[in-house]
Amino acid sequence: MDSRQKEIDSLKDYKYGFSTDIENTKAPKGLNEDVIKFISNIKKEPQWMLDFRLKAFERFKQLKEPDWQKPKYPKIDYQDLYYYSAPKSMKDKPKSLDDLDPKLLETYKKLGIPLQEQARLNGIAVDAVFDSVSVATTFKEELTKQGIIFCSMSEAIQKHPELVKKYLGSVIPTTDHFFATLNSAVFTDGSFVYIPENVKCPMELSTYFRINASETGQFERTLIIADKGSYVSYLEGCTAPMRDENQLHAANVELIALDDAEIKYSTVQNWYPGDKDGKGGIYNFVTKRGLCKGKNSKISWTQVETGSAITWKYPSCILKGDNSIGEFYSIAITNNHQKADTGTKMIHLGKNTKSKIISKGISAGKSDMMYRGLVDISSKADNSRNFTQCDSLLMGNKCGAHTIPYIKNKNLKSNIEHEATTSKISDEQLYYCNQRGLNQEEAVSLIVNGFCKEVLQQLPMEFAVEAQKLVGISLEGSVG
Amino acid sequence: MQNELKLNFDKIISLNNFSDSQKKIKQENFNNYFEKGLPNKRNEDWKFSDINQIISKNFDNLNFIVDQKKFFEEKDFPLDFEHNKISFVDGKLYDFDFKHEDKDKILVDQNLDLDDTIYQNTLLNLNSAFLTSVSKITIKKGYNVKKPLILFNYLSDGLKSSAINSRVDINLEDESSLCLVNFLNENSEKNFINFRQKIKIGENSILKNYNLDSYTSENIKYFNKDINLSKNSHLEYFILSEGSKFIKQDINCNLDDEYGSIALNGIINLENEKHHEIKTVINHKKENCKSYQLIKSVLNDKSKGIYQGKIFVSPEAQKTDGYQLSRALLLNESVEFNAKPELEIYADDVKCSHGSTSGNIDENSIFYLMSRGLSYSESKKLLTNGFLNEVIEKISNEDVKRLVKKLSGINV
Repeated sequence: MDSRQKEIDSLKDYKYGFSTDIENTKAPKGLNEDVIKFISNIKKEPQWMLDFRLKAFERFKQLKEPDWQKPKYPKIDYQDLYYYSAPKSMKDKPKSLDDLDPKLLETYKKLGIPLQEQARLNGIAVDAVFDSVSVATTFKEELTKQGIIFCSMSEAIQKHPELVKKYLGSVIPTTDHFFATLNSAVFTDGSFVYIPENVKCPMELSTYFRINASETGQFERTLIIADKGSYVSYLEGCTAPMRDENQLHAANVELIALDDAEIKYSTVQNWYPGDKDGKGGIYNFVTKRGLCKGKNSKISWTQVETGSAITWKYPSCILKGDNSIGEFYSIAITNNHQKADTGTKMIHLGKNTKSKIISKGISAGKSDMMYRGLVDISSKADNSRNFTQCDSLLMGNKCGAHTIPYIKNKNLKSNIEHEATTSKISDEQLYYCNQRGLNQEEAVSLIVNGFCKEVLQQLPMEFAVEAQKLVGISLEGSVG
Repeated sequence: MQNELKLNFDKIISLNNFSDSQKKIKQENFNNYFEKGLPNKRNEDWKFSDINQIISKNFDNLNFIVDQKKFFEEKDFPLDFEHNKISFVDGKLYDFDFKHEDKDKILVDQNLDLDDTIYQNTLLNLNSAFLTSVSKITIKKGYNVKKPLILFNYLSDGLKSSAINSRVDINLEDESSLCLVNFLNENSEKNFINFRQKIKIGENSILKNYNLDSYTSENIKYFNKDINLSKNSHLEYFILSEGSKFIKQDINCNLDDEYGSIALNGIINLENEKHHEIKTVINHKKENCKSYQLIKSVLNDKSKGIYQGKIFVSPEAQKTDGYQLSRALLLNESVEFNAKPELEIYADDVKCSHGSTSGNIDENSIFYLMSRGLSYSESKKLLTNGFLNEVIEKISNEDVKRLVKKLSGINV
């Protein structure tokens, strides 16, 4: 019992809430052309990349911060942020993992990221992004053999400019919305994946993001290209230290699937959610968009959102190729003062396109949880189908659960189905579990895991276990 | 248009004997409208129907002053059941007749008691600013109105490019009941009608309200309803939306006290280039209330149908039962159907769900009927009629049900 209690106690609070004392190189505070040039310069970027950034910045200056979302937040002073923060030891780029700052490795160890031997045992290729830059990528050799490119964004800009030039900004253009353009202007690093024709990526690719330095925003950019007939499964995990102030995370993720290709993108997002009174925490304003460019392509998003003070994101699929498929599976859990406004967009452009949305929202404490989604079937998308199911679970009467689906149909040969329910854990269910010897919290964890099962099943093995645990932990103390 | 509007408003003020407080309310409403203008698609509530664009596309100029008619010849409508009636001409009370009822129990009055709220909705600002009178109907405590009350809305012949603002307040006192039919029968050239009803349902009272917009007209209409329900009261609401060129029905229901219930059903049946919207907000404020909504749409030619529904459950409203279903049949390549069924829930012990589907007629059903000797178009007609009939069958007043079937051409 004691050891179990200890384990619970240790899990109960945000276990990734340490910060590591590492010397950082920062860009001067504020946002202006000089800072963008500084970032571009320090990363030794070619001219076209700088132009890309400046173009985005020009556009950014004209844009207004959106305010239609439900979770309101105090105004962010974009001039009071550091837009670039890199661990100092990166300045002379390490040749191998052994050259890395031992403290950095220690941090990752605490996070449980298998960077070295562990990685080999687990068979997951990891790219770790610390604050703003990518620090290490494992398993490079084996991937290279198959022609797979898996590296940091900065490296890709240097070594594979033709691919980056062709695809970067093709799904999220520099002229997109406020946070996406901000990212285009100041993004620092991220992951780049290219899977060549007819290659099935033999292992799960994974990125771990961590915000360490204070007063920094994290702006990474991920670009995944799956060439004809290829397949890739990509995992993303996130943590941040506990801090009193709110930190901004505005990443852009672009996926491109060509003919017959399939991309599976899974996220377990566990950014610091703020303390019990809602102080501090990460603002997670991320733009994720996938383009099913080719015929018979498929993009599948799976997300488990348990962290962040405010989550505001809509991973979307643009189903352009005929017969393409988009899927979205989501679990969002909010507790204490957390707020989430999340969902997806399925834009059907090609013929015979299909999409499926399964969203499970759980709100507890004083939190607010919102599903907002768009299904848009254009007049040319004959025989398209969409099925949407969003279920919400409420715990206590101080939280809220909202569902706002936008359903647009311009095609008579297409079908859209949407259903949503809101309920609570019934006393009968709890009683039944208690009767069989489970205590209140175990019972809640069991029932919630059952509620989320459809989504949890979609996660790769390694993540499914972690996610299940996370679901239980996030709701500790919310019932009773 | 802005200057004309101001002149029109000044004229309204100078022609009528408004009291100072009325003038003040009107002026404030007018200022709010003047400043913000008509809502456009940037406004979330008007996302799918940009009224600003619709008005400017259809009218070069709008005339806001319509004289009260002294004499008007009412047209005959084929109503085969006994009924009471009130007729409005150009939005103003013209005549009423309660031959089947106890005259002391029903009050019909006309005055100008405007509430002093300054609305955020600029169409309501416009309505308050240009109203010259509010018609009030009161049903006395404990009285059950025997026959359906029909509100006829006429427009005088030759009226065009005019903005008609009208408002009717209905008060059902406790333990009373009323069957009310809004007959949107105006049949004239293009006008903009801004029609508002405010209804209060007392304790243990029942209101059956049927809104029939079935006469083809070129009019652009905005129909706003505010309904407040007291303890243990019931509202049956029905919408038949098929006649006007454009109509948006904006229905706000507040369940102010325990055990109230609402059944809100509607049909959107469109052809040509018509554009209809139904927007509902059901506000569950107290415990143990129920609401049920069913909206079915059939879209032909180049028409556009929209349903925006919202169920709001406040933290006190435990044991709420809320349900919302929208189904649409798309019958032509150029039609468009948009839906936004919303749930906003702050209480945990509730049962709320919604569903929305849109698609084409099932080809297997057509095949089945054709194999039994029906033509393609007959089969299609039979299936769409059956689809809509489910909603019509929910009407509890038999006379009105028959009328609705006749108007919509559905005889199953």
